Amino acid sequence: MTKKTGGPSHSPREQSLGHRVAKNRSLLLMLLPGLLLLTVFCYVPMYGVVLAFKDFVITKGIGGSPWAGLKYFKEAFRDELFIQSVKNTFILAGAKILIGTPVSIAFALLLNEIKNFRFKKLAQSISYLPYFMSWVILAGIFFSVLALNGPVNGLLELLGLKKIMFLGDSHYFRGVLVTTDVWKSFGWSAVLYMAAIAGIDQEMYEAARLDGVNRFQNMIYITLPSILPVICINFILTLANIMSANFDQVYNMYSPTVYKVSDIIDTYVYRIGLRGMKYSYGTAIGLFKSVVALIMVTFANTLIRRVGGKENALW
Amino acid sequence: MVRKRRRRASAFDIVNTVIMLLVIVTTLYPFWYCLIMSFSRWDTGTGFRLWPNGFTLNAYKLLFEDRIVWRAYGNTVLRTLLGTSLGLVFTALTAYPLSKLTLPFNSFLTNFVLFTMLFSGGLIPSYLLIYNLRLMDTIWALVLPNLVGAYNVFIMRNFFRSIPQSLEESAMLDGCGWFGILWRIVVPLSKPVMATVGLWLAVMHWNSYYDAMLYIRTDEKTVLQVILRRIAVERTSTTTAAMMANISQGARFPSRTLETAMIVVALVPMLAVYPFIQKYFVKGIMVGSVKG
Repeated sequence: MTKKTGGPSHSPREQSLGHRVAKNRSLLLMLLPGLLLLTVFCYVPMYGVVLAFKDFVITKGIGGSPWAGLKYFKEAFRDELFIQSVKNTFILAGAKILIGTPVSIAFALLLNEIKNFRFKKLAQSISYLPYFMSWVILAGIFFSVLALNGPVNGLLELLGLKKIMFLGDSHYFRGVLVTTDVWKSFGWSAVLYMAAIAGIDQEMYEAARLDGVNRFQNMIYITLPSILPVICINFILTLANIMSANFDQVYNMYSPTVYKVSDIIDTYVYRIGLRGMKYSYGTAIGLFKSVVALIMVTFANTLIRRVGGKENALW
Repeated sequence: MVRKRRRRASAFDIVNTVIMLLVIVTTLYPFWYCLIMSFSRWDTGTGFRLWPNGFTLNAYKLLFEDRIVWRAYGNTVLRTLLGTSLGLVFTALTAYPLSKLTLPFNSFLTNFVLFTMLFSGGLIPSYLLIYNLRLMDTIWALVLPNLVGAYNVFIMRNFFRSIPQSLEESAMLDGCGWFGILWRIVVPLSKPVMATVGLWLAVMHWNSYYDAMLYIRTDEKTVLQVILRRIAVERTSTTTAAMMANISQGARFPSRTLETAMIVVALVPMLAVYPFIQKYFVKGIMVGSVKG
């Protein structure tokens, strides 16, 4: 630890704790409102998960309700709709990661090869425009674009194909969710890869040019391997989010006819737990999700610390 | 040899440019389609098209005459202003002490903030909390829970750490306290990170509907995205029918025109500022490790 704002001859560590608290009391005071807000709005709900182990009676509150043990967890694992929602979560989140990652890498690689600077900037700015739109807006837009009399079905008809009920047909609905999610986010994900590409040593390209290597080969044999570490780390971090298949998107786009293929854990908790007022059951399912997610992210972080070094890890 | 290489490169360039144009078109066309539909007089026989089907401004007229739409717009603006300004203040107040290595219990306090990123109580405990705090149906239910977010705290803290210590030390010798240093020295030097965090907060508030859907019960207090959802996503015939009831037979237009017009009304402010602010978003994600 370096001497920064400590006394002239004492490094902070040598000072007694009481002395340091006294010296920094206005710093601690400054921290107080933030800590209070986090305690109330993050830690109190964390305590609220005890609801999952109780038979919640709203008049008695969380503390006064009788204990129920693991009743609600046992109920969950016998509940086919819940099991289906876990499967859907993994399928949808997994497909989004497996398709979205290569798309954004390919886009970054191709964008990097655009010579005209202004066109490059323009294409990039437009590509991540949808990222800043809410799923309410985008769902509304896709209802029109994917409608039976909308432009996509119009194109299918021009090609002599049959019209598709994209939003009401369980054969297509997962595909719609994955495609629209990739459409919304690939441009933004590419920003990260573009930054990594910008850091590549230009001398490598210079040497390759003298060897008569063409631009496509450059892309595959120099650019791609150079950003591979970033790709791996990002992939691990995204995999840690596999428990979240995007509530906002699914909730705004699904309907009862496609619940079977698209109901995810989050939408199930909302519908059954909150709207259906099964508070304890909903909390139990939510807790299951949070715990698995915590394990996943911890595992991912450990993995990155091992392979990618401390500076790439989340903590 | 040289010529051959150049020709091959230019074929690559052409294909690449075509791909980029396709990306641009597929990104923009849905927005364009939404815009032309909002002016369309008829819904039948649409399919793939580039121009409105007939022309009417009646959907916009209807929306601008609607009291609830205006109220919702106002509420969204209010929550965005309040949430962003207060959010910046409280995020900076939390981030600055954590940027000081001399802060007692620094690593415990950092972990205290970090853990909120990794684990959450979930929907129902949060809902019951807002209920028990008597925040239901108030704007504070939309503002207070979002004031301090762990990710923003870490972004700001990392930026604060990069500010040269010597500036702060000389201010301290001049008798300036921590609050004075933060306000007079650190904040003015931190405009880029303030812009980034502020914009993220603003976009988050502008787009959010979920908390308002859960916590706001009266139409007068709800936000734009909730009304938008009701008209363009839930498409409950009662809402649209109630809005359309006052239009004369001759001025009628399809409900899709109303839905898309509502989307455009919610989109326009965002699209208008997007070209000027988008570069700040990109700066924001280049902060590296969260905990540092």
